[in-house]
Amino acid sequence: MSVLTCKDVSFSYEGKEVLTRVNFELNQGEYLCILGENGSGKSTLMKGILNLKKPSAGQIQTGDGLSQTEIGYLPQQTQIQRDFPASVMEVVLSGRLNQCGKRPFYNREDRKIALQKLKQLGILPLKGKCYRELSGGQQQRVLLARALCATKKMLLLDEPVAGLDPIMTVELYNIVKELNQKDNITVIMVSHDVQLATAHATHILQLGNSQLFFGTMGEYMNTELGVRFMTGGERK
Amino acid sequence: MIQNIMDMFSYSFMIRALIVGILVSLCSALLGTSLVLKRYSMIGDGLSHVGFAALAIAYVSNLTPLAIAIPICVLAAFLLLRMNESNKIKGDAATALMCSGALAVGVMTVSLTTGMNTDVCNYMFGSILAMSKSDVRISIGLSIVVLILYILFYPRIFAVTFDETFAKATGTKSDFYNMIIALLTAITVVLGMRMMGTLLISSLLVFPSLSAMRICKTFKSVTIVAVIISVICFCVGVYISYQYSAPTGSSIVIVNMVVFLICLVYEKRKER
Repeated sequence: MSVLTCKDVSFSYEGKEVLTRVNFELNQGEYLCILGENGSGKSTLMKGILNLKKPSAGQIQTGDGLSQTEIGYLPQQTQIQRDFPASVMEVVLSGRLNQCGKRPFYNREDRKIALQKLKQLGILPLKGKCYRELSGGQQQRVLLARALCATKKMLLLDEPVAGLDPIMTVELYNIVKELNQKDNITVIMVSHDVQLATAHATHILQLGNSQLFFGTMGEYMNTELGVRFMTGGERK
Repeated sequence: MIQNIMDMFSYSFMIRALIVGILVSLCSALLGTSLVLKRYSMIGDGLSHVGFAALAIAYVSNLTPLAIAIPICVLAAFLLLRMNESNKIKGDAATALMCSGALAVGVMTVSLTTGMNTDVCNYMFGSILAMSKSDVRISIGLSIVVLILYILFYPRIFAVTFDETFAKATGTKSDFYNMIIALLTAITVVLGMRMMGTLLISSLLVFPSLSAMRICKTFKSVTIVAVIISVICFCVGVYISYQYSAPTGSSIVIVNMVVFLICLVYEKRKER
């Protein structure tokens, strides 16, 4: 059974359709990369999956024991977070809120899991540090740890490497790959830089205000669209 | 000096003012941190002007001031948040609209009926004598409610302040907690404006948190230090106002300003 199903999903802003009839299914442990140019509807679809925006038509369903509020999300960094006084631990712990239910405060279990995620991402020594004083790459790892606290099954990454240097970029992709392959976490990633982002993907969804392609990586490379898009960055 | 302080406590109105003032400083410092970080610093200003209009109307129609001002301010706070979300009129513009609009309504109400008298002046600039016994009881009750709600919702308020999108995506009802923040702010503003005055209440929300942010690095420590700064500044301000018969609100704000400058210098020196 699939963990995420989109059936004829469309989105519109103020009556204008920006994304029409998206259809795809994703199983546990798959790695989907969503490609498309600016304004192609990638971010809108992302919001739809996260339940932040209602589709104007069609259905987005989660299944296989995954509830809508259990999707770990790594957002693009906003300006507001960059000068926010918060310790790394405070930020990571806030990912556990969806497990708290009606309990007002975090308990020992929450703290244990938060520490465990910090360790897994190699940032345990940073736990008492101030978030705003970390480098871009470190901040991204902290936010990834927070996302992992919120989920065991699915990660959604929105342009995760925007603003990172090339070394950090490769590192972050490697971390995501490991999470996908070792921990069997389903990954959905929106990205601009095609070559690196798709290196570990199993499936590709290409958007251009409608669904241009959905299929496995191998199939994609055999289409004219895929070849054009993959080499599109290197103009002669 | 000790003699002066003892003298100060011999007036029952002073004790009332101190109790309410300390509680309001506490609440405003707690909420201020979230408001500043959410870029809502001016919300206090907007609400206090609405509060002024409400008090003017209550005064003219001989109704209990707090009973009118609190619901109207709460309503205004919800409205401000809604406007913020709709994106048609941005938050700062919405606040500016509300600020001047409410002030106009308040001034018009007053000048058409009683004229500008000392009571109105008190609302504008605050007076320590403004608290009656029943006011004190309501203020204490409401401040304690604000404190308890804030503490109970602390982890969620942090999450919504730090990253609203993430909080929403992982199932925290961020709209609800934004409403809670707005509600608590509205109550605090109305309680504080009698003493601090319409024109100065927003400083009570903004100054302590901004000072604390200069010297602290975690959300928890910022919150706690802001509360301490706020309460100490209030007490010092009240003492100065008593000693030199200065206006209470201005005294407190000036003390806050001095503390902020000290914190700023400390931060700059540390960065070097």
